[in-house]
Parts: sequence; C-alpha cells; structure tokens
Amino acid sequence: MNLMGCLVLSVALFAIGAFGLLTRRNIIAALLSLELMVNAALINFVGFSRFGGPSTGSGTAWHMDSQAGSLFVLFAVAVTAAEMALALAIVIALYRQRKSLDLRELDSLHG
Amino acid sequence: MDSMTTLASYGVLILPLLSFLLTGLWLGRKNWIASACTATFLMGLTFVLAVILALGYRTQILLHPELYPSATSVAWEHSWMTFGPGLAAHIGFYLDPISVMMVVVISFISFLVHFYSIGYMKGDKSAGRFFPLLSFFSFSMLGLVVSTNLIQTFFFWELVGAASYLLIGFWYTKPSAVAASKKAFIVTRFADAFFLMGMLVVGTQSGGFDFLHVNDPAAAVILNRSVGTGMFAFNLLSVSTVLIYLGAWGKSAMFPLHVWLPDAMEGPTPVSSLIHSATMVVAGIYLTARLFPLFAAAEGTLRVVEFTGAFTALFAALIACTQTDLKRILAFSTLSQLGLMMLSLGLGGSSEGGAVQTLAYTASMFHVFTHAFFKSLLFLSAGIVIHAIHSNDIRDAGGMRKSLSWTYAATLIACLAIAGIWPFSGFFSKEEILQSALKGGHYIALAAGLLTSVLTAFYMSRYFILIFHGTKRSHASEHGHDAHEGILMVLPVLILAVPSALIGWLGKDFFLAHILPYTAGASAAGISESHESGSFSWLVPVTSILIMSAIGAGWYFYGRKKWSAGFSEGQEPGWYRVLRNKFYVDEFYGFLVRKVAARFVATPANWTERKIINGAFDETSGVFRRLAIRLCKFQNGQVQVYLSVALLGLYALYWIGRMVH
Amino acid sequence: MCFHDSITSCMLTLTWVLPLASAAVMMLFPKDRSGLIRWFTLTANGINLALIVLLSILFIMHPPVQTGGTQTVLAFSANHAWFPLLNIRYHIGVDAISLSLMFLAGVIVFCGTLASWQIRERTKEFFILLQILAAGVFGSFISFDLFTFFVFNELTLIPTYLLIVMFGSGRKEYAAMKLNLMLMGGSALILVGIFGLFFSSGIHSFDMLELSQIHFDRSFQLWAFPALFLGFGILGNIFPFHIWSPDGHSSAPTAISMFLAGVHMKLGSYGCLRIAMYLLPEGCRPWMNVFLVLAVAGVIWGAFVAIKQKDLKYMNAYSSVSHCGLVFLGLAALNSIGLRGAVMQMLAHGFIAPAVFCIIGMIYTRTHTRLIPQMSGLMASMPFLSVCFVLAGFAALGLPGMAGFAAELNIFMGAFGSSSLAKVGAGLAVLSIIITAVYILRGVNAVLHGPALEGSHQLGDATFAEKVPLVMLLSCILVLGLYPGPISTLLDHAIQPILNNLNR
Repeated sequence: MNLMGCLVLSVALFAIGAFGLLTRRNIIAALLSLELMVNAALINFVGFSRFGGPSTGSGTAWHMDSQAGSLFVLFAVAVTAAEMALALAIVIALYRQRKSLDLRELDSLHG
Repeated sequence: MDSMTTLASYGVLILPLLSFLLTGLWLGRKNWIASACTATFLMGLTFVLAVILALGYRTQILLHPELYPSATSVAWEHSWMTFGPGLAAHIGFYLDPISVMMVVVISFISFLVHFYSIGYMKGDKSAGRFFPLLSFFSFSMLGLVVSTNLIQTFFFWELVGAASYLLIGFWYTKPSAVAASKKAFIVTRFADAFFLMGMLVVGTQSGGFDFLHVNDPAAAVILNRSVGTGMFAFNLLSVSTVLIYLGAWGKSAMFPLHVWLPDAMEGPTPVSSLIHSATMVVAGIYLTARLFPLFAAAEGTLRVVEFTGAFTALFAALIACTQTDLKRILAFSTLSQLGLMMLSLGLGGSSEGGAVQTLAYTASMFHVFTHAFFKSLLFLSAGIVIHAIHSNDIRDAGGMRKSLSWTYAATLIACLAIAGIWPFSGFFSKEEILQSALKGGHYIALAAGLLTSVLTAFYMSRYFILIFHGTKRSHASEHGHDAHEGILMVLPVLILAVPSALIGWLGKDFFLAHILPYTAGASAAGISESHESGSFSWLVPVTSILIMSAIGAGWYFYGRKKWSAGFSEGQEPGWYRVLRNKFYVDEFYGFLVRKVAARFVATPANWTERKIINGAFDETSGVFRRLAIRLCKFQNGQVQVYLSVALLGLYALYWIGRMVH
Repeated sequence: MCFHDSITSCMLTLTWVLPLASAAVMMLFPKDRSGLIRWFTLTANGINLALIVLLSILFIMHPPVQTGGTQTVLAFSANHAWFPLLNIRYHIGVDAISLSLMFLAGVIVFCGTLASWQIRERTKEFFILLQILAAGVFGSFISFDLFTFFVFNELTLIPTYLLIVMFGSGRKEYAAMKLNLMLMGGSALILVGIFGLFFSSGIHSFDMLELSQIHFDRSFQLWAFPALFLGFGILGNIFPFHIWSPDGHSSAPTAISMFLAGVHMKLGSYGCLRIAMYLLPEGCRPWMNVFLVLAVAGVIWGAFVAIKQKDLKYMNAYSSVSHCGLVFLGLAALNSIGLRGAVMQMLAHGFIAPAVFCIIGMIYTRTHTRLIPQMSGLMASMPFLSVCFVLAGFAALGLPGMAGFAAELNIFMGAFGSSSLAKVGAGLAVLSIIITAVYILRGVNAVLHGPALEGSHQLGDATFAEKVPLVMLLSCILVLGLYPGPISTLLDHAIQPILNNLNR
C-alpha cells in the first residue's frame, strides 16, 4: 500500500459517494453517501499522514507533523458522528412532518 | 472728515436698519402704531443725519478741491470678503456729489413716505408688517448709493429688489399683486444676472471692484482689448460695460424690460411713491452715472444707453396718454422720465479732442433730483385721491377740485413741474437735458426729448383735468374730502410741494458747479467746457411754447370738450387699442414665457429627466432584475441539483485552471 | 483655556463615539418610552454640537499654521495603528474644511432631531438609526485614513435605506432602493480607487497625508481620478447621476431629507476635493473639463426641471441638483477662489436645503399635502413659517446677505478667473440665477400668497420645538452670508495645500 493506493481508494469512495448523493432519492441513502464522501476525505488524511506529503524536493515544501493527520481523522470521526446524529434527528423531525423521505419532494428552499 | 460727519455717515445706514430690526422683530407684531411712529422717527433722524453729512461733506471736501480734486472720498470701509490681491469686497461709504445728493433725497422722501403711511395704512390689519419692510427698502437703497465698490452695489441692488418684491406683493391675498411682485423680481433678476456677469468680468480682468479703481482711465485701458477669436471676437470693455448696463436696464425699467414697473403699482401707494421716485428705479440710472467714466471710455456703450433711453421715453409717453388707471399713468410717466435721464447720460462721453462732455451727466443727475420730489408728490397725492374715491380708475374721479383742495394745489405744482413749466423744478432739469443734446449734436435724442416733453405735458394735463375738473363721475367721489384723510397724509404732500416747485431754481447753479462725473487727472481739462451751459439759447422759448400748447390741447380736449378718459366699448380705433394695451409687450412676454420657455424648455427638460435619465436607471436595474428572475429558475429547491451544479462548477474551475497554466 | 493635544483629539473621537454610544444605550430603552428616547437623543446631539462648537472655538483661537507645502496640517490630530497587518490606521484630525463641515453636520443632526419630534411610531428605531447615521458622517469628516473614511462612509448607507423604507412616504421602497444602489455603485468606484491608491503608492498606506506626498504614476492618475471623483460625485449629486436624490429626498422623512441634502451630499463633494483632487492632481487637470461640463449642465438642468415640479420636496431636490452643480463648478475652477467658493457653497447649501426641507415638513404636517397647486395663502395662517420660508427661499436664490450669495460669488469669480471653458461655464451658470428665481418665487408665491384656503386659519403656526431648528438654520445662513470674511480666510489656509498639490 502506498500513497497512490490510498488516493485511488479515496477517489473511488468519493466518486461513489458523490454519485449516491446526487442520485439517491431517499434521504437516508443520501446521508449514507455523504458519509462515504467524508470518509474518502479522511482516507486522504490518513494516507498523507502515513506516507508524507508530495515531495517537491525543495526546502519550502510543507511538512506536516505525521501525527497531525491521524489526529485530524479521529477528531473528524467524532465530529461526523455528532453531525450524523444531528442530521438523523432532523430527518426524523422531517419525516414526522412530511411523512416522506423523498428528496425530490423537499424543495421548500426554491426561490 | 471730522468725527461728526463720519458718525452721521454710519447713522445714515444704521438707523434705517435699526428701524427694520426693531419694528420687524418686535414692535410690528405688538402694536402697529408704535412701530409706525418708531420707523418714522428713525427715518426722520436719518434725514437729519443725512443733512449733517451733506453739510460736512460740503465744508470739508467739496469746498477743498486742492485736497480732493475729484471731490471724492471714502468715509469708511470695512472688509467683507477678500478674493485675492487687490480683489476685495468692502462695505463702505462713498462720498461724492451724487452719493451725498442721493442720500439726502432718499432719506427725505423716505421719511415723508413713512409719515404719510401712518395715515395711509390706518385700518389695514397688516400695517405692522408694512413699516419694517419700508425701512428695509430705504436701508437697501441708501446702502446702494453709498457703495464704494461694485460688489457692495450688487449686494444692495439685490436687497432693493427683494424689498420691492415684498412690498409690491404686500397685499398677498390679491392675485394681481402677487403676480406683479413676482414679475418685478424676475424681470429685474434677469437683468441682474447680466450685471453680475459684467461686474465679474470688469472686476477680475481689471483687478479690482472699487469704483475708484474701475473709474480710473487705467482700468479702461486694461479692459480695452479684444478677446475671443473669429466670430466670437469682441471688445472686452464694450461687452462688459453693456453687460453691467443691462442690469441698470432692468432696474430702471428701460424698454423692453419695463414691463414690471407699471404692474408694480399693485403695491400700496406709498410704496409706489418710493419705488418711482427715490428708490429702485433710480438705482439703474445711478449705477450708470456711477460708472460713467468707464462707460464713456467704451465705444458704443453710451450710444446704447442713449437710444434705450430715448426709445423708452417716447414709448412710455405714448402709452401714458391712453391709460385709465391713475397709478398706471404715473407709472408710465416715470418710465418716460427715466428714459430721459438715461438718454441724457448717454449723451455724455468724450467728444473729439478727448474732453469729457459732462453737461449731459449733470443734467441727468439734476433730473433724478427734481424728479424724485415731484414724482413722489404725484404718487402721494394720487394716494389721497384713491382713498377718497376708493378706486384706481381715473374714470371714477372727476371734479375733486373742491373737496380735495390741498391735494389739488399740490398736484397742480407737481404736474407743472413734470411738464416743465418755468419756474417749477422740472423745467430746469429738463431744459438742461435738451440743451446738452443740442450742444452735443445728438439731434435724434433732442427730437425724442422734445416729443417726450410735449407728450408729457399733454398726458399730465389730461390726468390733472380728469381728476380734479369736470363733474363728479362716481358715487364715491361725492364724499371724498382731503380733510378726512387727516393731516398725516396731507402734510407730507404739502411739504413735498415746496421742493417740487422751487428746488430747480435753487439747485441749478449748484449742480452745474459740483455734480460732475468722477475724473482722474488728465480729463479734468474737459470739465471747464460744461460751465458755460447756462447761456440762453433758442431752445428754451421753443420748448416752452411747445409744452404750453400741449397743455392747452389737453385742457381743450379734456376740459373744454369734456372728452372721457378713453373710447367707449367697440369704438376705439386700432392704433388706440395698441397704445392702450401697451403695444402688447406683456402679451408677448406671456407668450414667450408660457408658450416658448415652458413648452420648449422646461417641459422637455422635465420629460427627459423622468423618461431618459431616470428611465436609464430603471432600465438598467430592470435588466438585472430580469436576469435575476431567469437565474432563479435554477434555484428549484432540489438540493441534489444544487450539488450537481456545484460539482460542475468545480470541474469548470479545474479546466479554467488548466487553460491558464 | 488650554487643552492638551490628547484631550482635544479624544474630543474629536467623541464626536462619532457619542452618537454611536447613544444608539447603543437607546437599544436598552423600553420602546414605548418615546419621550425619553427623544430627549435622550436630543441631549446627546446637543452635547455633540456643543463639543463641535468648543472645538471650533479652539480651532479659531489657534488655527494650525499651514506650512505652505503640499501637506495639510491638522488640528486635534491623533494617529494610531488600527489594523497593522494592512497598515490601516486610525488617523483623525481636522482642518478648516472638515471642521466647518462638522459644524454643519452637528447643526443639521440637532435640528433634524427636533424636526422629528412628532414621530410617534417606532420612535426607538428611528432615533437609533439616526444616531448611527450621524456617527458615520462625523467619523468620515474626521478620518484622514482612506480605509476608515470608507468604512464610516458606508456606515451611513444602511441606516438611510432603513429610515426611508420604514418611515418614508410615497414610493419609498423604490426610492430607497434607488438611492442605495446608486450610492453603492459610487462606493464601488471609490473602493476601486482607494485600493488603487493603496497599491500604486509603493508604501502600502491608506493615510491621506502620506499619500498626498506621493507622486503617482500619470497613467494611474488618469484612470483613478475619474473613478474616485465620479464615485464621490454620485454621492455629491453630480449630473446626470443625481437621480437618486429627488426620489430619495421626497420619500424620506423630514429629518432624513435634511440630513441627505445637508450633510450626506457634502460628504461626496468633500471626498471629491479631499481625496480625488488632493491625492491625484495630475489626473485632475485633464479630466476637470469633463466634470466642468457636467457641473454646468447640472446647474442649468436642475433649475429647469425644478420649474416643472408640483411637489415642493421635488422642487427643493432639483434645486439641490442645481446648487450642487455650483459646488462642482467651483471645484472645476481649480483656483483658490473657486475651491473656497465650492466649500462655502457646501456649507451654504448644507444650511439652506435642510431649512427648506424642514419648513416643507412642517407645512406638510399641517396641510397633509406637499403639492403646490393644492396650497394657497398660508401666510395668513402660519406667519412664522411663512417668513422662514420666504427667507430660506431668498437664501436659495442667492440673495446677498445670505450664505448662498457669498458662496456663489466666489464660485463665479473663481470660474471667471480660470480657463476659457470655465469662463463660458460660469457665464451660463450665472444665467441660472434667473431660473432659480423663477422656481423659488413660483413655489413661495403659490404656497404662501394668494387667497387663503378654507379652514386654513385653524392650521396653526410653528410650535416652539419647530421654531428652534428654523431659527438656528436661518441664523447660520445669515451669519455666513453677512460676515463671510473670517471663514473664507480660514478656508483659504486649508485650501492652500490642496492647491499647491494641484499646481505642483
């Protein structure tokens, strides 16, 4: 496993997530897809943290502390969990009101 | 200058101002009698100070030509605003023969008019508002005549205009008075704009606004140059003096800017008296006289002055013969007399050899002087007649000789004076004007002057006879009696009758000796030429005979044959209708203002403002609004669509980044 | 009386802090205590006016001595770092120009508070917004840092919008939006110009006094000058970008009309002089002919359009267009008399136009109309207001003895002493005084004179609270008109550095 493998995995996950987010009509499924996208980003973090940043060879290349990426991921997982709890709470509230979880019907934001 | 004279010169300006403030801010609203008495008293005091000033001026300056070769001095001067080196505006007090003469005349007549107004305004519920304005009017005119520089002149010039606006429109509920006040202000303002322009040109180009500077031949030399190119090349001196003269043109109501003056009689009669004799209209003549040396240096300007004067004199005299409103007749007679004064000023100037022809100048100032007395007398006595018959129409008067005996006598004196019968004052001044026209070889002006004199004699006898002789024509005229009007109104009239009769006799030699235009150095040689003017010539008997016969004609038609004041409905011939309608000048202006100016300038401007300029803004914002409405379509509330668009945007950015690299 | 420098500069800061603080305090007031709110505002503005008067006295006693160079010497100045990263400084101070405009603003805000005495609904919001507006203006006039100037300038826009929309009349939404859009457009131009100055100076400074010493690249000046001048010119009512003002004025409540015409517009012409012309002298000369033409066009255009207006407020608004055109004519003369005249005209118009708006507002509260044809003979029922109206009208038409004449005389004289195009422009502008007389007298005669309307005798004259602002404004007009000598000398000194920079 090298950095490229991580990145390919991350891109694949991100693409699947994005596709799901844009196409799924069920709001829960869309949220799951969203979670996939977040995790794709987190894989990036982990990858860079483990294998280092792109080396440009010059002294000015940014050098992160290798621990920082992992820390970020842990932090982000916690935040995402909280986010999801919030999102699901909203979804439940929404379902109680609308009796539907179809994204196409939730268009009250239109101008 | 001793301190007494200086003090008097301050007092002459401060007292009327004090009267204005005192009566305007405080007394006028409480008690009109108190305000009237205060104003009259302060005005009387002003007159006393004016006399002290004149005596001081005479003993200390006029009789010391070795100290004051041009008899000119500045009593005091305070800086008002400074514009640059040499360019400054002052408020000062200019002492020279004509300013002192005007101060005396204005304060005298203003005092009498104040006095008269106590009787005249009795019973008018807005009398408390009248006296402050009257004092303010006098103050403005006094400030104008003592100006030391053009800016001060303009300053007070405008104040005179504003005061006359307020006084003409004094009875503000009367639509005709309101219209007249507006007309007076706007017509004179029209002229003032040119005055301002000319003044600024003269001041900035010659490097000073002071009369002592502007009237110096050096200033004329600086100004006497050609500016502009091609079609727009003109002589700066000629143009600027004509521009300044345009201001005088409007203020002194020369044709065709005369239209405001006959309407100005919508104001209370004392105001008309003041406007027509000592204040307002004389300002234009005074300005022309004040700048006479500058005007004389300019080629053509004096000719313009001469011909406007001559034309106005004749034009107004013709109209005066047909009017039926008492005050309107007098108004046109004022116009005609002002024309004579202007004409006379225009006769001056340098003849061949460089000598300044000053007789005409002196004659003009002399006529201003005598005219002030008899014209205010005419108006004040007309006021008594109007009070007696409760009408302005001469056809309602008639046979008032018995009932208004004092007024009758006074009016007779004034009529003889204005007609120019020896030994009344008008004779002397008018004779001087005609003499100087003859001597200068201005035969057109002479003819105009003669004809005007004849017409004046005719319409004044018509005026006099129709009011006082014949039968009483209206119910009101049965009861009128000048004793009813009380001593307050009759006394000023009687006082004024004295100078109207005699002042010419006394003043003649004095004027010829002292009232000369400001001359600096070199041109003083030309002055001696004017002194021999007193000599007898054929002109005196000829004019006298002509005037007598005109009076005779007036008496014959209106006294003997009992002509009425005008033709009855439908019988008047065309030429008479033209005259009666004042050559339709008013109608022409009405057309010009309502039809041309309003329809072709203001209305299109307003339309352009609304439709084009504002329209452009509305249209621009409309484009954005429509664009926004289009773009709103994308905002359909579908989160997934938004996201797709965002991703597409990201992709587009990526490509743009690629292309830039 | 001798004050330490830091005290006076604190007083200067207080002039904008005080209104802002009073606005903050008023937020805590219960909203039904409108009497308390009114008196509180009046007290705050009274103290502020007293502060400015005190500063003016100190200034007159010890005017800063201009060195004869190109850098303005400020009085009561303070210069602190505010946001050092971008080199934004809190640089305040005054010279005669800004101090006289401060005085103007102080008087107008005070009078405006009194003129809003009768506001009964949402009093709290009204006065809070008014105070924020005032803070913005005071802050702008004392700022000699472009960034803080801009921030204060922007601070005035939003309250103006809200005040017109919430308290206005007529097509108020349209008017408020138009006003804000146009002024924001002007601000955008100003912002571009300010950043241009910041980056082209080479010293990365917003400080006006430092920038005035920089010789900017000519090609930069040539594009930055019109951006800045036009940006401020829109606010200063330059033709043909004046169209926000007639609608804005006539929809706004009385105090806001007074404020817009008296102070807000002056901020624009002040910016034109202080920033565009002072900092970019080389760009100024070639462009000035364009603005001269616009100025003269505005003078004549405003006057002609005013003739046709039926609404008194519109009439006065177009008269403002005409009078503000004169300000620009004075600026375009590019000589000391003209510039001085321009500043004096800012002051004169700053007192006259609000006086007229104030009177119109008072007449409106009685007759409930502003349309000229619907009024007649008010002189009989409200003599005090009528006399004030006549006086203010005379002042507007440039009667000597009133502020307008003193200013116009300078402007005309300056223009006559300038280029030949300016001479022609001055000639045309002089003729506008005729048209001015026409519309002013038309308004005055139709409204005050003529037969009194039925029932008009019960309308009643001005109350004491209404007399105070009128007397104050008219006294300022008269003092400035009767005795313009001292202030014109003070202004001369203040203008000298700007002029030296222009002639460099």
